[in-house]
Amino acid sequence: MRTVAVVGASLAGLSAARALRKQGYDGRLVLIGDEPHRPYDRPPLSKEFLAGRVGEADLALEADGEDLGAEWLLGVRATGLDRADRSVRLADGRTLRADGIVIATGAAARTLPGSEGLAGVHTLRTLDDARALRDELARGGRLVVIGGGFIGAEVASTAYALGLDVTVIEAAPTPLAGPLGEAMGGIVSALHADHGVRLLCGVGVKGLSGERRVDAVLLEDGRSVPADTVVVGVGARPCVEWLEGSGVALDNGVTCGADGRTSLAGVVAVGDCANWYDPHTGSHRRVEHWTGALERPAAAVATLLAHGATEPGVPRPPYFWSDQYGVKIQFVGHAAGADSVTVEEGATDERSFLAVYRRAGTPVAVLGMNQPRLFTRWRKQFTA
Amino acid sequence: MMIPVCRLADLPRGEAYRLDIEPPVAVFHTEDGEVLAIDDTCTHQDASLADGWLEGCEVECPLHASKFDLRTGAVDAPPAKLPVRTHQVVVDDGMIYVRPSEAAPNLPPCVAARLGAGGPA
Repeated sequence: MRTVAVVGASLAGLSAARALRKQGYDGRLVLIGDEPHRPYDRPPLSKEFLAGRVGEADLALEADGEDLGAEWLLGVRATGLDRADRSVRLADGRTLRADGIVIATGAAARTLPGSEGLAGVHTLRTLDDARALRDELARGGRLVVIGGGFIGAEVASTAYALGLDVTVIEAAPTPLAGPLGEAMGGIVSALHADHGVRLLCGVGVKGLSGERRVDAVLLEDGRSVPADTVVVGVGARPCVEWLEGSGVALDNGVTCGADGRTSLAGVVAVGDCANWYDPHTGSHRRVEHWTGALERPAAAVATLLAHGATEPGVPRPPYFWSDQYGVKIQFVGHAAGADSVTVEEGATDERSFLAVYRRAGTPVAVLGMNQPRLFTRWRKQFTA
Repeated sequence: MMIPVCRLADLPRGEAYRLDIEPPVAVFHTEDGEVLAIDDTCTHQDASLADGWLEGCEVECPLHASKFDLRTGAVDAPPAKLPVRTHQVVVDDGMIYVRPSEAAPNLPPCVAARLGAGGPA
């Protein structure tokens, strides 16, 4: 293998490049990124960076002096993949032929139809998004967050700490019920009310009002919520349009095996765009977790370098964290399919507890609020 | 200066003790029976390594995935980019003591900013 192209230069792409070198690949390595920036860390964008507590230099994922011996093509988007000679087409007309390809194009924030061109409406996914939103929040005023998921909740928490008047709108009856289940979703989202942030649940958004700049969010029940700034946090879609017609099987992202292999030889997928086969559940799942983007590329790269002749290691169960209103939230495992949730330590009304999800008596997931030590023990037990 | 930590008998193998000095120090008793001390605060973000995941001679931060070598303080896995300091440990008459390093600590940006802005909150 003489040339490997990694398409996507965020955490998953960088982790793949690092894994290639660590696993002994010494050929030509090309990283392609549609953003102009070197790889940076996204979790702080909704928290410390948005609050102005850390700067752009702190977000850099590469260590000082780290040199992967790679060619970086930044600020250029991949527009196609040609299976005949395994080449990547770029938006500027160039074509890059490679022996191995790592697809790491991630996911993009979903937007609200009809909000295009209206000032004051933001999504939060990229550094440029965060810069723009940070400048906007510095003006103060009323912020309406559409979507009570983790991104929405973190933005609400950060904006509250900056002194804004904040409302969160969630279409489902309970925020976070998808990842955490109804009961725990309710407990975590009660953090909003603890801090005087309004949470409107079970009501959809009909649209936005405003001439050039947004001035209100219109709800399906006829209410109108005044807004100076709106953040749309309604999830992300995998960035795989560029692969349509390439022969790479797509279904909610790139369909791949437990080892990252796709339907094309010499092509693997990692990160938020990868819909991995999960041997634990016997189904494919696309997991948009930072930890997966960090850890799983090693398996995909091993597959690539071994031309598919590898046995995938058993991945650690999905783990994610969130920081809201000064509370650390950690979760590991799969809440779906649990038939019971028990608080094992602490108390939910003190926002310091550990809850264990079980299916037929067997632990399948753990949620911690402000319990990093106990949580770590449980997580370790899960992985062992 | 030697600072008393706790009795060795009170720190089982596989456990860690956080010494609340400024900045705090984490003292680990490994499964192999070694006692080692490093800075407690992860250099990536504000988290206590004493709460972390101890495996052999390496600890993983309880929040994200940074790993540090307890013997050298080196970063074994990102996102942390800077090492933690290591501290000399002495066990005398069943008591653990730590002699804090005099090198400058590598504190994460948030903590460094907080300390720089007038001391710990």
